[in-house]
Amino acid sequence: MGLVIAFWVLAVVGIAAALAVVLLRDIFRAALSLVLCFLAVAGIYVTLSADFLAAVQVLIYVGAISVLIILAIMLTREVKRGSPSGRLRVPALVVAILFLGTVVFALVNTSWRISSVSPLVPTTAAIGGSLFGEGGFILPVEIAAVLLLAAVVGAIVLVREK
Amino acid sequence: MSLFDPGLNLSAYYPGTLPPEWPGGYWIHWGVFVVIILAFVLLMAMGFIWLERREVGRFQARLGPNRVGPFGVLQPVADAIKVLTKEDIIPAKGDKLVYWLAPVVAFVPVLMVFAVVPFQDGALLADLNIGILYVVAISSVSVVGVFMAGWSSNNKYSLLGAMRAVSQLVSYEIPLGLSILGVVVLAGSLSLNSIVEAQHIPFILLQPLGFLIYMAAAAAEINRTPFDLLEADSEIVAGFHTEYSGMKFALFYLVEYCEVLAVSVIVTTLFLAGWKGPLLPPLLWFLIKVFGVFTVIVWVRATVPRLRVDQVMAFAWKCLLPLALINLLITGIQVLVWPEVLPWAVVFLNLAIMVVLILLWSKFFKLGGGRVEV
Repeated sequence: MGLVIAFWVLAVVGIAAALAVVLLRDIFRAALSLVLCFLAVAGIYVTLSADFLAAVQVLIYVGAISVLIILAIMLTREVKRGSPSGRLRVPALVVAILFLGTVVFALVNTSWRISSVSPLVPTTAAIGGSLFGEGGFILPVEIAAVLLLAAVVGAIVLVREK
Repeated sequence: MSLFDPGLNLSAYYPGTLPPEWPGGYWIHWGVFVVIILAFVLLMAMGFIWLERREVGRFQARLGPNRVGPFGVLQPVADAIKVLTKEDIIPAKGDKLVYWLAPVVAFVPVLMVFAVVPFQDGALLADLNIGILYVVAISSVSVVGVFMAGWSSNNKYSLLGAMRAVSQLVSYEIPLGLSILGVVVLAGSLSLNSIVEAQHIPFILLQPLGFLIYMAAAAAEINRTPFDLLEADSEIVAGFHTEYSGMKFALFYLVEYCEVLAVSVIVTTLFLAGWKGPLLPPLLWFLIKVFGVFTVIVWVRATVPRLRVDQVMAFAWKCLLPLALINLLITGIQVLVWPEVLPWAVVFLNLAIMVVLILLWSKFFKLGGGRVEV
């Protein structure tokens, strides 16, 4: 019962915040709504017993990515009130409708199975095992690490003087 | 089974964390601990305000507040009443909703940190399996409140202060997390209660370098001197809360001291064996250690001159980050290969490693002298 209430509250908050991100004219408030949306998603992870995922969601999305977005807004002058209308309205509309269609199609056509197995406690050991253990996802993890390293080196090269 | 399930038997969910005679069910536990935590945080924050002013007074060869109550202990109360009765000014061209929400967004995460802190064995609101990760994640939210304050004030100094805050917080989060990882590797758990139980030797002895890195990074995270760049009267006035007054300013002031309290509590738990100690009751040991850590923080404030902006950033990336990585590597190797029978030898080995590394870094790491190096 408590779980159901929590899910619906979080779902409504999350969707309302997501709508606010798109609809608000004030770009700073839109970014703050994005923070709220991320927090609601983290809350939904908690109701699913994915505590590690929830904490990482808050750490990465709220603590780092949103902050970077807000910093970019602060560095941009003259966009404080209202977002300017772009020239690419029609193509954007087409892409958005296509994307919406794909998501709705995927949602409707997936058979959602609910596992009856009780969740793992603690989840961290299982996640660590599947990421770094034998037969796990060690290769994708290493590829992601190399990609991030390349991005870091690239950023340093870009901003370097001379 | 989840935290939201009220029909839950807590002793079964967190085995060994609650005494069997604990009265009442799930919601009573939450209610009692929420009240305890609120009282603890507010009382300790006021105590810290008084203690810091008295201690800094001693360091600067003056008396400090000594008029209100015995030894001036009621000075924070008098200050609180004064601040609360002041006029609440809102900038005319600011974003009023965001301006109003900012202190709340800054305050709530700091308060939530205390939910996972064990005051004594098993005496905590929720013994999360991911305890310390939760602390790091939650405390990274309060930077959003700083941002909101700086932006909504419609004041360039507030905005500059907020931008300094974010660059500093984002940079120091990395060495902070890495220094905590050393402790987690030693304890083999993320839960704060298990970390305390794992400390047969306090981790400050096994992780001396990690402790120093954590103290430096945490001081930068909570904007204490020598990293208090957010409030520079000669450059950016009072930083992000320049425009705030009355109750909202009081809340930001409270956030500052709650953050210091949070850092003292986390250091006590991670490095000083939390509530463990001989003879005295566990709660008393916990409080003694918290006050000790806070005194060290005040001592550093009274002793060390503050750094410049570029020096602060260089210190994080060129000094703390590599040291934290080396510390994590050494800790991992020791946990894997060190024989169990020699716990004290590793203490001296780690102390020697710390001294060598710090001397080495201070040799080829210069803070730019008198020039501004970007």
